[in-house]
This record gives sequence, C-alpha cells and structure tokens, in this order.
Amino acid sequence: MSWRRLLAGSTKYAVLIAFAAFYLVPFYVMILTGLKPLEDISSFEIWNMPKSLDFGSFREAWNQMDSNFWNSVRITIPGAIVSTFLGSLNGYVFAKWGFRGSNVILFLFVFGLFLPGQGILIPLVWVLQFMGLYGKVNGLIMAYCIFGIPITSLLFYRYYASVPDELVDASKIDGCGFFGIYRRIILPLSGPTFAVVGVWQCTRIWNEYLMALVVLGNPARAPVTVAIKNFSSMGVIPWNLQMAAALIASVPTIAVYLMLGKLFMRGLLEGSLSG
Amino acid sequence: MHSELSARAKSLSALLPKWLRDDRKIAILMLAPSIIAVAVFIYVFMGWTLYISFSNWDRPALDLSFAGLKNWQRLVNDPRFHIDLRNLVLFAVGYMSQCIVIGFLLAALLNERIRGEVFFRTVFLMPFAVSAVVSGTAWRWLQVPSAGINLLIANMGFENFRPLWYMHPKLGMLAITIMGAWQFSGFVMALYLAGLRAIPDELREAAVIDGAGTIALYRHVFIPMLRPVTFTAIVLTGAGSIGNFEIPSIIGTGPGFATDTLGFYMFEQTFRSSRYGLGAAVATFMLVLSIPLILPYLISVLREEKE
Repeated sequence: MSWRRLLAGSTKYAVLIAFAAFYLVPFYVMILTGLKPLEDISSFEIWNMPKSLDFGSFREAWNQMDSNFWNSVRITIPGAIVSTFLGSLNGYVFAKWGFRGSNVILFLFVFGLFLPGQGILIPLVWVLQFMGLYGKVNGLIMAYCIFGIPITSLLFYRYYASVPDELVDASKIDGCGFFGIYRRIILPLSGPTFAVVGVWQCTRIWNEYLMALVVLGNPARAPVTVAIKNFSSMGVIPWNLQMAAALIASVPTIAVYLMLGKLFMRGLLEGSLSG
Repeated sequence: MHSELSARAKSLSALLPKWLRDDRKIAILMLAPSIIAVAVFIYVFMGWTLYISFSNWDRPALDLSFAGLKNWQRLVNDPRFHIDLRNLVLFAVGYMSQCIVIGFLLAALLNERIRGEVFFRTVFLMPFAVSAVVSGTAWRWLQVPSAGINLLIANMGFENFRPLWYMHPKLGMLAITIMGAWQFSGFVMALYLAGLRAIPDELREAAVIDGAGTIALYRHVFIPMLRPVTFTAIVLTGAGSIGNFEIPSIIGTGPGFATDTLGFYMFEQTFRSSRYGLGAAVATFMLVLSIPLILPYLISVLREEKE
C-alpha cells in the first residue's frame, strides 16, 4: 500500500515537472538563442549553451525596436486607462441603474466579446481613414478603447452586482444622486476591481496583434508585436535577434504577471464568465 | 459635512435642465456613448462587412456597387478556402482536445495538495501572459525540422523519427495546435482548478465514505459537476480556433497552404490583394461560424446568473 502511494505520488510530480518543462522550454530557448552572437546561430546548436555571455543580440534588437516598444507603451497606457474607466461607469449603470432593456444591451456587449476581429476590420479601416486616424497611434488607441468596452463593462458589472443594493438605497435617502453614489459608495469599493481590469486591459492591449498590424503596419509607428513580425520576415532569419526581440516584447507582461498574478487570475476567471 | 455636500449637490442639480435632474436619465445618458460606440463599431460594422461581401469592391478604390453573390461564388470555388476549412477542423480538434485534456489533468493534479503548487501554477499560466506572436516565434525555431526538437528526439535514440512539424504538407496544422495549446492550456487549467476548488469538501468525503475510488470520484462526481467549466473551455477554445490568425502570420502558410487559416486568408485577400469583397465574405463566414458557438453559451450563463 505504501509502495503504491509512493509510486502514485512520484508519478504526480513527474507529470507536473514534465509539463512545467514543456511550458518553460520556449522561454529557455529564447534566452539561450538571444545570448548568442549571429555567427554562433545554427539550428544544430539550438540546445548548446552560449560560449560566452553576449548581450549583443539584445542590444541590437533593442536598437531596432526601441521606438516600437515606446509606441506600445504610448498605446497601452491610455487605452487601458480609458477603457477601464468607461467599464466602471458602464458597470455601475448596468448593476445599479438598470432600465428596461439594459439587460439586452449588456448581453449584446458581451456577445461582441467572443466574435472574431476579422468581422469588423474592413469598416474599421474605412472609418479610421475617414476620420484621419488611419495609420496613427491615436486611431489604434481609440479602437482599443471601444473594443475594450464589452470586457471592462462586464468585469465591473459582475463586481458591482455583488455590492448590496441597500448601500445604494441608503445613500439615495441621504440625498445622493447618480454621481454622489458613484463617488461615495461605488468608487471607494472599486480599488481591487480597477486593478484587476487595468492589469487585464494592459496585457490584452500590449499583446494585441491583428488590429495593430492592420491599423499601424508602418514599421516606424508599429507596436512591439508587429515589430517582432518584421524581424521574422527578413530574408535570412536572424534567429538571435528574433528571440531577443520576442523576449524584450514579453518582459512587461511577464513582469506584471509575476508580480500581480492574483489580479491576472481574477480577470481571467471573471472575464470567461466563470468566476 | 455629509448633508452640506448633498445640499450643495442639490443646489447644483437645480441648475440643470429639468429632465436631467432625474438620476435614471443621467444613468442612461452616461451609458449612451458606450452604447453608440459598441452599436456602431461592432454591430453596424458587422452589417457593413456583410454588405461589402455583396459588393464589387476588389481593388484599392472604394466600390460599393452591388455584385450579388459574385464574391461568395469566388469564395466557395477557391481551393484555398477548402484547405482552410479542413485546416479549421484539424486545428479545432487538436487545439481544443489538448487544451481541455491537459488543462483538466493539470488542475486535477494541482488539486491534490501538491508541494510547490504556486510554482507550478505560475509556470503553467505564464505563456498566456505573452503575445501569440511570441509563441509563434519561439515555436517556429523549436520546430525547425532539421534540428530543434528533432535534435532532442534524435539524442534520445529515435533517429528515424523526424516529423516535419509545421512544414508537413498535410498535417502541419497539428504542429500549430501545439503552439496554441502551449499558450491556452494553462488558462483552461486555471478555469478547472477554480471549478474544483468550488466543489465542497463534504461532497468528496461523502463519496469516499460510499467507497468511491479516485477514478469513480472523478467520473461520477467531479466531471459532471465541472460541466459548466467544460462548456466555457469549449466555447473559448472554439472561438480561438475560428479566429486563429497570429501563428500563420508569423510562421507562414506552409507548403500548399498546410498551415493557412480563415483569419489569415481574410487578411491577405483584403489588405494584401485589395479584394475587399472576397475578404468580407470570409469575415462574414467566420462571424456566422461563431454565432452557434457563443449564443447557447451566453444564454445558459445568463439563465444561471438569474437563478
């Protein structure tokens, strides 16, 4: 019996460790390849350790993509902030000021969440051109703000729905109106949800690719995800630069994930409607 | 102080036109910009895409004249579209099953009071924090047929086993499912783990007292109770299969479009070849595919929330 238990226990750990290796190998290879100079890059030496620590590839990749990195920052921060605030306001209306048909509207918001982005791309380009925002950072920010509304509204709605109505009713009796209740009751309770939604939106916007490629394809204005693609479509693939670029592009989101994993997890559970 | 503030708020609101003093109307007014934005940018745009699919717009200059079913006929007769449909089935089968099976297995193991649970959980979910573009880039390097993973396999003594991975002319799509599952199986694991943790301990104890072994416990108690989670995982991975775009964009469409997808086909037709009408037809097709997947899910979730 104890033998069987020991066997079962070690099998469990063996499976977990094997999968941990599976998830980590691409990161490992990216670091390894990024630390090699181009002349040492051969697909046959993919698993070999670098002969010496060489940060040349990272430096070179950074020199080629630093403007893209800052573009991503300039897009992600306003996009995340605006869509998070809109979500808070909308969630408050849906949860505490529901009107006839507001459930249907919320349903239509959430429905849009799961649709493939390709379904709206052509009109989006057309409208952005019409507004003079096509190919501009502001155009992409606007798109992210609007397409962020469904998820942020949903996340806030689900949280605000759990705030007892009595709190709201009591402050109505105290003479608070729509904004008074929002400021005195709802906002002070919203800190953690703002963090969850903010983290979620930052990650999603930073990692987004399809819309960025279509709206900001121009290599100088593009965000990091598009810059990685540009590294990979050079004639001879400079694997070292590509891996270094992919790592540099991942640093912010991985850092946020490692530091704020709990918030990340909550966004994931709530956003998939199963929290 | 409190009453003073509210008195000030009241005097302020007295300045507003009468119809704006009603809080309910203010609420609707605050929501209105979002409603309009979503209505235009999602629903009007979808209708517009549908309309463009019936138009003559197949060059850079805008042309919205009615073309009937021309684009749709072209789509249905395009061999690349047939390959993409086959690819969608291959991808969906491989990707969904990997995500769900691996996600469930890992969640079940982590639920067994494992030492180092936080470490494992963090590692399993880490790929989800990076862009799909990063996944495609790293795995393209790992799946180079002449080296990469095949080198590891050869070192283990299986020198004759040299899969072509994403370069395979028929099954390249299955190699791509690994790249997708690498990113998303951790997400499914998190969903299942939360579901398992929500099952009350008494239920498990009661089943054990009734003599249920681990397998029976999962088969008769846990898996049926986790059905909503499985439903969520199916819908999310299904939607991911339909929208798949990033990976072919990074690694290419392979020999004979073996790793092409509807999403990438739409992108190329529209933004590389300026065949807007045809691209819109592909996009509409993708939307239509998604609806039967999403609708039952949302309806069931809403019904549950009401209860």
